[in-house]
Amino acid sequence: MGGTLLANLLACRLRGRAEVTVVDSTGMHVYQPGYLYVALDEADARWLTRDERRLLRKEVELVVEEAVHVDASAGLVRLARGGSLPYDYLVLATGSRIVREEVPGLSEGAHDFYSLDGAQRLREALRRFKGGKIVVGVAGLPYKCPPAPVEFVLMLHDYLSKRGVREKTEIHFLSPLNRAFTIESASRLVQPIMEAKGIVLHTFVNVESVDASKGELLSLEGEVFPFDLAVLVPPHRGAAVVEKSGLGEDGGWVPVDRHTLRVAGAENVFALGDATNLPISKSGSTAHFEVPVVAEQIVAEVEGRAPTPGRAIYSGKVTCFLETGGGRATILQFDYENPPRPPRPSFLWHAAKWAFNRAYWYLVPDPTKTPLHRLTHC
Amino acid sequence: MAIDVKVDKEIDARGSHCPGPLMELIRAVRSAEVGQVIAVLSSDTGSKKDIPAWVEKAGHELVGVVEEEGYARFVVRKAR
Repeated sequence: MGGTLLANLLACRLRGRAEVTVVDSTGMHVYQPGYLYVALDEADARWLTRDERRLLRKEVELVVEEAVHVDASAGLVRLARGGSLPYDYLVLATGSRIVREEVPGLSEGAHDFYSLDGAQRLREALRRFKGGKIVVGVAGLPYKCPPAPVEFVLMLHDYLSKRGVREKTEIHFLSPLNRAFTIESASRLVQPIMEAKGIVLHTFVNVESVDASKGELLSLEGEVFPFDLAVLVPPHRGAAVVEKSGLGEDGGWVPVDRHTLRVAGAENVFALGDATNLPISKSGSTAHFEVPVVAEQIVAEVEGRAPTPGRAIYSGKVTCFLETGGGRATILQFDYENPPRPPRPSFLWHAAKWAFNRAYWYLVPDPTKTPLHRLTHC
Repeated sequence: MAIDVKVDKEIDARGSHCPGPLMELIRAVRSAEVGQVIAVLSSDTGSKKDIPAWVEKAGHELVGVVEEEGYARFVVRKAR
């Protein structure tokens, strides 16, 4: 998502003065926040994907091929079929990847909604579910979209209630921390909601392994959680191309300057979104707010001027909705210096999240099409 | 006050905010051998509550906590 947005913005701002190329292994653009709704039978999978080409401005070249290696000293991206692309500037918007294999038994024993296939399998399993014990948890930090497991467990209560099986179901939420959510203020808000819905919170549960045949989850802390259905956020790592190119540190995350997003030791390489090692949310929102910062620095260098003050510094800004069930939601807005102060959950924020979900395809991938950008000429 | 124990691995998690230092410690404990000692440096005030609480729950030993200028040093022995 970050790559698409940035390519469109750069192509618009540098029209006729630069060639902008997007390398993407699938050629498809996926709206990943929708997986949650697919899993809970609230949305059809078809609205989650679009052809990447149709989201890019016509000046942007799209190469549908896997990037397998980056040679930062030579300024070259090598492609899977043997070709290579030279660059003056490179932006790693390579996201994160799911590595279920890092937790023994996870693939066989647990469901997740972190891929389209996974969300669809979970939807089928939930449709068949007739009662029992469900555990929902996080099998590795960091992971994409931090509110998602909390949203899932709160919405699961509603889903099971509607289907008439909630009373026959125990729901346990397993958190790796000593609270439900990484951010303390958000935890203070969601924990009473969990309690009111009869969801049992277990803290300091770091998943060690899953035993599919016994239906048991073992934690690093030595506890055993039996289950009939397990839904676990799988561990994440940085992209394979980042790791193979030696550009990632522990976990394959790219070390960047937290304000400029330049990659340490490579002045003409930037990283944004999930790909970075920044200690902030891995979410589309993060990438969204990082894109103009990277764009301004590249445009300024091409134009031989200093970046416009205030436009080339990322403040750590993130905005995330958090569904709390019952048709209500709240919003988390924060940056490096200011933790979020989420408002009381309301129908308004739920409606705003749905409006954003629906408007995503028209507003986000190509910001240069929105009226505000037209007025400011990119 | 210094802690008189041989440290097998030291993690500098200063500047990383909660839950960063705790997660770094958990990662190190996962890969350590039983009996090994890990030290984690944290400037996050939340660590003072989180790290001892996790160590207790996970059944390891908090050898000591040393307050330094602007950060704390947590020394933990993997006990099982």
